[in-house]
Amino acid sequence: MLKCFTLLTVLLVPAGLAMAEEGDDYLHAGTDINNTESLQRGARNFMNYCSGCHSLKYLRYNRMADDLKIPPADLSSLMFTSDKPFDEIVSAMPADAEKWFGKRPPDLSLTARAKGPDYIYSFLKGFYTDKARIWGVNNRYLPNASMPFVLASLQGLQKPVFKSETVDGQTKMVLSELELATPGSLSPEKYDEFVRDITNFLDYAGEPIKAKRQSLGIFVTLFLLVFFAFAYLLKKEYWKDVH
Amino acid sequence: MAAAPDTGNAGGFLGWIDARFPLSKLWREQVSEYYAPKNFNFWYYFGVLSMVVLANQLITGIFLTMSYKPSAAEAFSSVEFIMRDLDWGWLIRYMHSTGASAFFIVIYLHMFRALLYGSSRKPRELLWIFGCLIFLLLMAEAFMGYVLPWGNMSFWGAQVIVSLFGSLPVIGGGLVEWIRGDYVIADATLNRFFALHVAALPIALIFLVIAHLMALHEVGSNNPDGIEIKKLKGADGHPLDGIPFHPYYTVKDLAGIAMFLLLFCGVIFFAPTFGGLFLEAPNFEPANPLQTPPHIAPVWYFTPFYAMLRAVPSFAGTQVWGVLVMGGAIVVLFFLPWLDRSPVKSIRYRGPVYKIALAIFSVSFIILGICGLKPPAGIYPLLAKICTGLYFAFFLLMPWYTKIDSVKPVPQRVTGHA
Repeated sequence: MLKCFTLLTVLLVPAGLAMAEEGDDYLHAGTDINNTESLQRGARNFMNYCSGCHSLKYLRYNRMADDLKIPPADLSSLMFTSDKPFDEIVSAMPADAEKWFGKRPPDLSLTARAKGPDYIYSFLKGFYTDKARIWGVNNRYLPNASMPFVLASLQGLQKPVFKSETVDGQTKMVLSELELATPGSLSPEKYDEFVRDITNFLDYAGEPIKAKRQSLGIFVTLFLLVFFAFAYLLKKEYWKDVH
Repeated sequence: MAAAPDTGNAGGFLGWIDARFPLSKLWREQVSEYYAPKNFNFWYYFGVLSMVVLANQLITGIFLTMSYKPSAAEAFSSVEFIMRDLDWGWLIRYMHSTGASAFFIVIYLHMFRALLYGSSRKPRELLWIFGCLIFLLLMAEAFMGYVLPWGNMSFWGAQVIVSLFGSLPVIGGGLVEWIRGDYVIADATLNRFFALHVAALPIALIFLVIAHLMALHEVGSNNPDGIEIKKLKGADGHPLDGIPFHPYYTVKDLAGIAMFLLLFCGVIFFAPTFGGLFLEAPNFEPANPLQTPPHIAPVWYFTPFYAMLRAVPSFAGTQVWGVLVMGGAIVVLFFLPWLDRSPVKSIRYRGPVYKIALAIFSVSFIILGICGLKPPAGIYPLLAKICTGLYFAFFLLMPWYTKIDSVKPVPQRVTGHA
């Protein structure tokens, strides 16, 4: 038995290591799906700054209010006036929005699942001034993004710092870091918290059941442990007379 | 303990049934008086576990079909409806998606067990062939199921896999069109994959599983010592080293199932995507024929075969060789009972040659799986080529190396029990 487990472990460890080595260069979001206050702030930030263009078409207002413990009075302040609580969260973008930005602002319901919270957090911290782009900004984590930097008044504007790097004998300038050139209305720490809350909220929106799933999982595990113990004792009892 | 249940002469309701249908007889023959070797170890859990996972897939699958919409316009949204608006829909869906991966984990370990203890050898050749057919159908079933959520990886995965048939000479182009039902992967493809996934293939799978079990109960189970317990019978006509499947193995399997469910539920509740291996991140974006995912890889359980496909270069202006190698990797499994020429079955009584060969084979298979997940760059294409060679060498050289390998004396009776 022990030998078998050892063999399995030896076989599976290289696979695990191969998986683990994959890392991307995103900033660590450090979100917490169980932090309801952060989720509430994130919902507010999202409704104020993002929902004009981006929908959350798989999430309903009342589901969000239930999960995030948002009182009805506060919920109505987050909704467009024509919306009903059971409506999905759609944006005010007209059908021809593609003409404005070159790309229709994507629905964000599942962005946290498709690209990960770290990507969202990095993206929102990755804007920098770039006169070559139509909105005057570019993004470190999504080069040539077509989104204008709507949070500029909060973060301020970052300017890029380049360094020279030699790859295969060719020297070129690459983006090394972003430096705050013009401060915004929030301090860097406050801005980090602001985008972390949005990220957390989008992580919630990607899978509204996530927090409940995990807490339920603890009870399921405890039940199965007890069940296993009884099943094991039953086996011992029956097998006493097998020699 | 372990009193045999009623022998079938009962009156009352059961007697009424037995006079008309062999209920007690079936129970006796298949369960309470099916004598299994008493020395089954860890590796013998994976047969019953694959039955548990099959039941899980069938039951959760039925509930999913109640809310899933098999149309290109609605499929993706209907899955999100199941995940968000349907009560407990998320649990049903995660049980099904995790079950797909769990199915391959237990099946691969079940097949590995056969390699360890020579379970495919005479008189179990047909049992093994039924098993290989189940594996083959399971791959088709899993592939078509993966297309149904109509995410971007579903779409592009289907695109890559279906177009493989296009490399076949002469009939290729027409065949691909016939499979897709359209000139591209589209609504018609999704509809027919749904029909095959929820009706045709499950029915075929159930029949094959029944045939697999009937063949098993006809010849009797192999065991870690690879000896036939039916050769030595006691005065009562039962094998000396056999014990009734019920209650001994039903209670033992119950404990095994509990342990399996602990791991299975651990994934469902704490890591349902399993780091992007069980549910791939690009599949949370709807199918988009205009936008290829940055890196198309099949789900992990297909990657060893996908790596073989990519490892073979095109030759004489066609890619068909890779497809043939990939198909050959499955076909060669069917011949295992006749490739193995060792006088003993179990690895316990084989010499070092088979042990080393099996170790190299296992490691190669896992490396192939990793290669198939990675983009074909750096060290991976070379590794995939080497391991494809080792995979086939394990089978094709088997008649030679199992014959020259040394063997240890095989005991008359099984050695101990777990």
